Amino acid sequence: MKIHQFEVVVVGAGGAGLMAGLYASKSASTAVISKLYPARSHTGAAQGGIGAALGNLEEDRPEWHTYDTVKGSDYLADQDAVEFMCKEAPGIVYELEHMGLPFSRTDDGKIAQRFFGGHTNNETTKPVKRTCYAADRTGHMILQTLYQQSIKNKVQFYDEFQVLDLIKTDEGVAGIVALEIATGEMHVFHAKSVIFATGGWGRVWEITSNAFAYTGDGVAITLRHGIPAQDMEFFQFHPTGIYKMGILITEGVRGEGGILLNGKGERFMEKEGNAPNVKELASRDVVSRAMYMEMKEGNGIDGERYLYLDVTPETVNKYAAIDGRTRPDGTPYVVTGEEILGKLPDIIDFCETYLGVNPVTEPMPVQPTAHYAMGGIPTDNYGRVVMDKDRKEIMSGLFAVGENACVSVHGSNRLGSNSLLDLVVFGKFSGIEAAEHAKKTNYIPLPENPAAYAEQQLEALRNADGNERLSEIGREMKEIMFEHVGVFRVEEGMKEALEKIKELKVRFKNIKIDDKGKKFNMDLLNAWELSNLLDIAEVTTVAALNRTESRGGHARNDYKERDDENWMKHTLAWLEEDGVKLDYKDVVFTNFEPKKRVY
Amino acid sequence: MKKITLKLFRYNPEMDKKPYYDTFKLEAEPTDRVLDLMEKVKGYEDGTLSFRRSCAHGVCGSCAMRINGQNMLACKTLVQDLKTNKITVEPILGLPVLKDMIVDMEPFFINYKSVMPYFVNNSPEPSQERLQSIEEQERFDDTAKCILCGACTTSCPSFWSNDEYVGPAAIVNAHRFIFDSRDEGAAERLQILNDQFGVYRCRTIFNCTVACPREIEITKAIGEVKKAIVTGSLD
Repeated sequence: MKIHQFEVVVVGAGGAGLMAGLYASKSASTAVISKLYPARSHTGAAQGGIGAALGNLEEDRPEWHTYDTVKGSDYLADQDAVEFMCKEAPGIVYELEHMGLPFSRTDDGKIAQRFFGGHTNNETTKPVKRTCYAADRTGHMILQTLYQQSIKNKVQFYDEFQVLDLIKTDEGVAGIVALEIATGEMHVFHAKSVIFATGGWGRVWEITSNAFAYTGDGVAITLRHGIPAQDMEFFQFHPTGIYKMGILITEGVRGEGGILLNGKGERFMEKEGNAPNVKELASRDVVSRAMYMEMKEGNGIDGERYLYLDVTPETVNKYAAIDGRTRPDGTPYVVTGEEILGKLPDIIDFCETYLGVNPVTEPMPVQPTAHYAMGGIPTDNYGRVVMDKDRKEIMSGLFAVGENACVSVHGSNRLGSNSLLDLVVFGKFSGIEAAEHAKKTNYIPLPENPAAYAEQQLEALRNADGNERLSEIGREMKEIMFEHVGVFRVEEGMKEALEKIKELKVRFKNIKIDDKGKKFNMDLLNAWELSNLLDIAEVTTVAALNRTESRGGHARNDYKERDDENWMKHTLAWLEEDGVKLDYKDVVFTNFEPKKRVY
Repeated sequence: MKKITLKLFRYNPEMDKKPYYDTFKLEAEPTDRVLDLMEKVKGYEDGTLSFRRSCAHGVCGSCAMRINGQNMLACKTLVQDLKTNKITVEPILGLPVLKDMIVDMEPFFINYKSVMPYFVNNSPEPSQERLQSIEEQERFDDTAKCILCGACTTSCPSFWSNDEYVGPAAIVNAHRFIFDSRDEGAAERLQILNDQFGVYRCRTIFNCTVACPREIEITKAIGEVKKAIVTGSLD
């Protein structure tokens, strides 16, 4: 076992972790540990862009961005946090540009912006160009830029180190335990501040846009230490994943004029009850539900469980004319195939590679795909972990940021292009805060054997010699969660899912691990990751069962309406020996009274 | 469904004195990714099979492998693309094999970091964005796509013969900044690459261009860097 000492340790090297590492390392000794090479992190898969009211192409204001985000959240976001994020947005996008991020450009050389769902001019209620982009690879550019700057600023990385445990004594947080994947050796990182930036957990579901690495490690670890997880029932299903594979097709496609069509060739988003005003540019929960209903009513393509996303110039131009859409100079919006190719090169590549479909000439077969966790470790605007419902108890020395955190700026449904924004804004402020915390405090002494629990966990798995296959347990979990804790939910189905998850957790104790070695034991780590996913699936399902209303990403067929009287509150969940315990905390309101959400 | 014979390079440093090949027969859809086949083997036949993977759709760069003799991403190669029922998967060449398909990427990243792969501009920052025209941005758009998978560098015979050569991936990432109108570090990078282990080790074999899963015109980019060194001009 090796012991290292750093004032700040960041776990995870995606957009949030890298930003936190860059800022913390300015004034404190900092290590960033990551189970992947930083450039492999899932931020790199984000496509469409980052939201900020720069107003480069038309009038826009941070206050409008704030309102749209609150409305998009179905009023569950904490309004002070949303205000903070949207106000910081323009400055942080300029900061990324100053770091060299190669944004696409407008004709006058400014950062290019496009339409995205739910982002509007609050006066006209029409869509507004707020999403700053680098073609359809904005996440790739953010990840690369932050990694490049980390190299420039000599941030200390521990690549391919798997975090296994948080070291927490009666005095507080003292560091983390990680496994060096290449050697199988345990490392203890003694730290004053620990920042979890481990990303999401879409791998709970069968159809997902998420990477294999998205197994919710940070949330699972903190749950095991009695730290609550917030709003876990709210998981976003992105409307447009490639049929059967789940690979993301950016909302930017619809921003550029792409249309959703059912098997009858109808533009169903304009139907009453869907989104007659902004149509395809409604927020994601609304579009995913409309798609689900179309397919359920037998309006899928050839009656199958998919629909078409059509961005061929003929279709785009036809509907742009019907909508009266214009260019910034007032001329009618007419696109060419070349222009589509220039703005969406990667998704065209994905469709050609995986489907043999060229989106410039043919529509893309799509279905909703598990995409983004609105919930996570509860924090304030500085990444500090908030333990209780009254927001009074801060877990000293512990921070969380990015998708594994819940500030909450996304409430029950995140607007597209707000995740990249969340990563960099809160990454920055948690990095600063973690370094300041380190300057004010001393190291808490390490307990006698800080890696004992992690070692015991791993050795139990390594020696597992039962007759259950990991792959089979994982498959059954994903299947039941997609079926019953997906776009639409109902009590009976969720109860069935919960029973199944409990059964799988019992069966997990009887797994067989083929690889007994130390070096690059991916079999072992995949088992540990699956144990995280099972815990998260259980918490998600219990939280979802208890919330007897429909709000944002949590849509119930047995409780179809939003119920502000009883449910305008965040869920807090604790994972205990005998199951999941729930409590609730108030939502912070500043300027916006809850209204019915209409797009 | 097709019947596939999957031949896999195997090496476990804790068990094996030397590498060997293992063969699995399995059913696959023509549209299955090679990565799907490997997951199937790992999940249902042999959990010890080790390889890196994450995004599974060609953007994270984890799963560069040598598939039927050519460097590709296992997640971006479909069974039908290979036009054969016999698929051989081996680790990429020129880097030490650590276990099965996993190679030591450190030499690759050391080369990458040696070319100042980051934005340099010491002028005062404007209050908003630095302006850049669409044409100026397009100048380095292609090389900015790089995902650092290593498929190019490990397909390059010059790199195989001497791994002190920085390799195509590093030059691609230098190109991305050298030709960025906002950047001020071009002269220094060109000096780094004007070295016996810099751009001149490139013999324009084009293996890198063929191997790139992002379809970056790598040989062309290297040529542009060579020209900039010779002419002292970025035009």
